[in-house]
Amino acid sequence: MAIASEQSKGIGQAVHRKEDRKLLTGKGRYVDDLKLPGMQHMAIVRSTHAHADITAIETSQAKAMPGVTAVLTGEDLEFAAGVPCASNPTGEMVHPVRPPLAKGRVRHAGEPVAVVLASDRYAAADAAAMIEISYSPLPAVVTPEEALADGAPRVHEELDSNVALVLAHSTDNVDDAFAKADVVVKQTIRNQRLIHVPIETRGVVADWNTASDELTVHSSTQVPHFLRTFLAIVCGVSEAKVRAIAPDVGGGFGSKLNAYAEEFVAAAASRKIGAPVKWIEERSEAMLATCHGRAQDAHMELAATTDGKVLAMRAHYVQDYGSYLQMLTPLISQLTLLMSPGAYAIPEVDVTVTNVYTNTVPTDALRGAGRPEATHAIERIMDILALELGMSRTEVRRRNFPQEFPFTTAIGLMYDSGDYEGTLAKLLELSDSKADFERRRQEAAARGKRLGRGLSTYVEVCGFVPSDVARSALGLTPGGWESSTVRMHPTGKVTVITGTSPHGQGHATSWSQIVETELGIPFDDVEVIHGDTAFAPYGLGTYGSRSLAVGGTAVHLAATKVREKARLVAAQMLEAAADDLEFSGGTFSVKGSPDKSVTMQEVAFRAWQAFEMPEGVTPGLDETVFFDPPNCVFPFGAHGCEVEVDEETGKVEITSYIAVDDCGNVVNPMIVDGQVHGGVAHGIGQALYEGAVYDANGQLLTGSLVEYVIPSAVEIPSIQTHRTVTPSPTNPLGVKGIGEAGTIASTPAVVGAVCHALGVRDLDMPLQPETVWRAMEKGGTA
Amino acid sequence: MIPQAFEYEQPSSVADAIAMLGKHGGEARVLAGGHSLLPMMKLRLAAPDALIDIGRIASLRGITDTPDAITIGALTTHAEVAGAEVIASGCPILAETAAGIGDLQVRNRGTIGGSIANADPHGDLPAVLLALDGEATAEGPNGRRTIAAADLFVDYLQTSLSPDEILTEVRVPKASNSAYVKFNRRAQDWAIVGAAAVVHGSSARIALTGVGSKPVRAAAVEAAFDGSNTAEAAGHAADGLDAPSDTAASGEYRAHLARVLVRRALEAAMAR
Ligand SMILES: Cc1cc2nc3c(=O)[nH]c(=O)nc-3n(C[C@H](O)[C@H](O)[C@H](O)COP(=O)(O)OP(=O)(O)OC[C@H]3O[C@@H](n4cnc5c(N)ncnc54)[C@H](O)[C@@H]3O)c2cc1C
Repeated sequence: MAIASEQSKGIGQAVHRKEDRKLLTGKGRYVDDLKLPGMQHMAIVRSTHAHADITAIETSQAKAMPGVTAVLTGEDLEFAAGVPCASNPTGEMVHPVRPPLAKGRVRHAGEPVAVVLASDRYAAADAAAMIEISYSPLPAVVTPEEALADGAPRVHEELDSNVALVLAHSTDNVDDAFAKADVVVKQTIRNQRLIHVPIETRGVVADWNTASDELTVHSSTQVPHFLRTFLAIVCGVSEAKVRAIAPDVGGGFGSKLNAYAEEFVAAAASRKIGAPVKWIEERSEAMLATCHGRAQDAHMELAATTDGKVLAMRAHYVQDYGSYLQMLTPLISQLTLLMSPGAYAIPEVDVTVTNVYTNTVPTDALRGAGRPEATHAIERIMDILALELGMSRTEVRRRNFPQEFPFTTAIGLMYDSGDYEGTLAKLLELSDSKADFERRRQEAAARGKRLGRGLSTYVEVCGFVPSDVARSALGLTPGGWESSTVRMHPTGKVTVITGTSPHGQGHATSWSQIVETELGIPFDDVEVIHGDTAFAPYGLGTYGSRSLAVGGTAVHLAATKVREKARLVAAQMLEAAADDLEFSGGTFSVKGSPDKSVTMQEVAFRAWQAFEMPEGVTPGLDETVFFDPPNCVFPFGAHGCEVEVDEETGKVEITSYIAVDDCGNVVNPMIVDGQVHGGVAHGIGQALYEGAVYDANGQLLTGSLVEYVIPSAVEIPSIQTHRTVTPSPTNPLGVKGIGEAGTIASTPAVVGAVCHALGVRDLDMPLQPETVWRAMEKGGTA
Repeated sequence: MIPQAFEYEQPSSVADAIAMLGKHGGEARVLAGGHSLLPMMKLRLAAPDALIDIGRIASLRGITDTPDAITIGALTTHAEVAGAEVIASGCPILAETAAGIGDLQVRNRGTIGGSIANADPHGDLPAVLLALDGEATAEGPNGRRTIAAADLFVDYLQTSLSPDEILTEVRVPKASNSAYVKFNRRAQDWAIVGAAAVVHGSSARIALTGVGSKPVRAAAVEAAFDGSNTAEAAGHAADGLDAPSDTAASGEYRAHLARVLVRRALEAAMAR
């Protein structure tokens, strides 16, 4: 059954995704498709105030409404712990306790205060509208500036101030370097608050069997195993009795890398009423109450020589945490700190991060999680340095690239492999010459358009994370390994059970490709199971572009173990020594006598029969591997784009976009291109369109997709994707992550292009038409 | 996104529909394409007791061409308006505007009557009807009447139609030198500002979307325009305007856009 190589769907082939037929024909199964007998529907009443004491909750009218099973408030549900945060960077940070349903006080508009359980969604919504909550409003702090002001009202009274945590890292000679520098540039660079907007909002079906005390939770989550552990802790039940299932998940972008109040409330409510509980988040709730991202300002300063060598960097970031700590809130700006020098060998650094509570929705991971923020700040300030020096933006970058890898930064991270010159050179080769650009620029000016070009040369950290680093350097509760089982059935078909939890990434496809390459069985003979804690040994889930580098490696290693065991069985069958066997195209044969051979399928059947097994070899072909990576991985690249700005209206159009990425070896080029496309679109969204806005009272003004503008297909240019390949030494597949790179790279490239078009140093995102028009009105000398 | 409970009725004639509206005593709403009404109900900004779905009333559909005017049934969809040859040649502003509303799904469901009756100041068709000096026909318990565009739009989401009246058709004069220029941040979005220009030789009628609580005529531009001073006349587009500020744009920027878009609309209209 050896398969011909031209039909190979193994590693390196642009195989169509296995998942797509089901998802594209509407046969996917999402949480909202699930209906359980007796299931009750939950509607949530949320705080209308950013900061207030709850003085009374009037529920009697709601309780009397038809179809209503129960109305519950914070006083009605008991939890063993608050909403969990799994990150404590210093180990000494105080985590304020947040009950899943507010008790006494609310700290952001949209915080859950009461729930209705009813026989259908309509009855639940009608009853929710009848609940009357009385508030005694408190002064709210909406921005970090307000929160840091003297005498500011405190978000958490039990803390001394609104400063949640200060992180700092500095080398010894920063001040000297600044004193010696020929030039110093300084700029405040802002990453505005963003909302994730996955197509599928959050949703959960919790089913607590009150007789057996078993809890099954279906949730639209990126991390079912974490969710199970936290459900056990927060709801006070044995983890062995909890099963968490992530069915098909319609996107997350980090918003579902979390364990939310609503998930705990649904579970506790199910226990209370003895029936399954379903909650499907409305889009307006998703805007108002699912975690947000970014919301970070960077005060950047570079010291350099006249020939463009950066001597030192000072970076002070102010991160808006929002009102509470979600699962990884503190990790995000910590990752910014770690990646603050970007792709440059900056010998001296002084970095601080001030993390601040405000009366807004908590912030947490959003595609890139701290690295886009770092990259935007360093890329923008490198552009500004080039402007100051009168040097080209590419040249300034080139002069500061690390030359040898692995490269250890002044922060202490070890970039595993790289060739930053290589991706930049390829970008330049693919781009128009300066002369062509200048000619087009003049032509465009005659049409009332200003042309600009921008680029970014990024490096990012992903493939999270060696478990000891998770603890010692990051202060995370969990480690960073991943697990996989590769189980070959008697007929030679394979089930892969993975701890990763895909929600659009195509793991079923890529993992099958890895198995085909290792075991020589057809791609189509591999089934991948994910997202169910009842099956997988334990898995840490999908986020931080980690799945291939860590989870894919676990699949590779488990498949390798299956093959090596199969080799022993085959040797017995062929009456040869294991070392004398060759394995190729799914067949073991004796070196020198190719007619003496057995197929993998024949070996599988024998291993299952376990007849005449070799000495010491157990029956079956079923291997589980836990892989803990020795380092993170560091993808890098160079993105460039060109924009046209309408001189009269300020509207920006991206007219060309070139991405050159290096994510090491590529398992599926089509999936990688897709990830780059999606990532670039997301980064363009931040650069030009998106921004969550609160008013002075902490009310979200961008509460729907009319006000919160995400780009559509029309706004996204045709994206040229290119690659160089520098394998990672960190894992045996030589792979790095690519899920976030496009987002990380594109935002500064686009903003740089608009600044170039206008001749300004920097602009605050999003570069919506009015912002750009105002910059032009000011004469383009911001 | 869960509306309150409502009754649903499906009349087969205009007379039936009027009777049903009367029966519910002002608490019923007409349902046409549903693309404005249903979102408002889902957000519980509207909670009618009953929906009178006029979708099956055949007499409300269709486009009739006469020598100086085009009559369009209220239920005619934006896609049908955008695709009709008589409209493209006789009243290009209307075809162009319908083609630029929302996305394909919206254009396939949303109707001209619904857009006019809804009177959303960010909707495109009200300003266009105003610039064209078009009219709407309404039928109610007291019979049929014709309302000039100038008398139709009263305030934010308010028209001079009474709750028991049905808008049956829209009539627009032919106007070949006409154009609508819409400015938005994203292709399928509502206008931040839109400018409709209908030019007859040396005079013009101009109306604006998105600068107030209803579509407004740019009277100062009309007064200044002499058939050749496009740029100068357009400079008056924001005279006397008090354009609103929101997350999409400030009033100041809207005023600026009004000037730019009026000039572009005049240029486009005159080039036709
Ligand atoms: C995503 C999206 C994008 C959109 N973008 C745009 C845009 O760019 N530009 C734009 O102009 N519009 C836009 N719209 C609105 C769209 O044009 C609507 O279809 C239109 O405003 C209403 O028409 P309808 O047929 O859907 O009316 P409905 O929603 O059914 O009704 C709207 C109102 O009019 C009343 N009504 C409807 N028909 C009659 C009648 N014959 N007689 C009396 N009363 C009546 C109803 O009772 C209701 O109060 C958008 C809508 C959506 C959902």
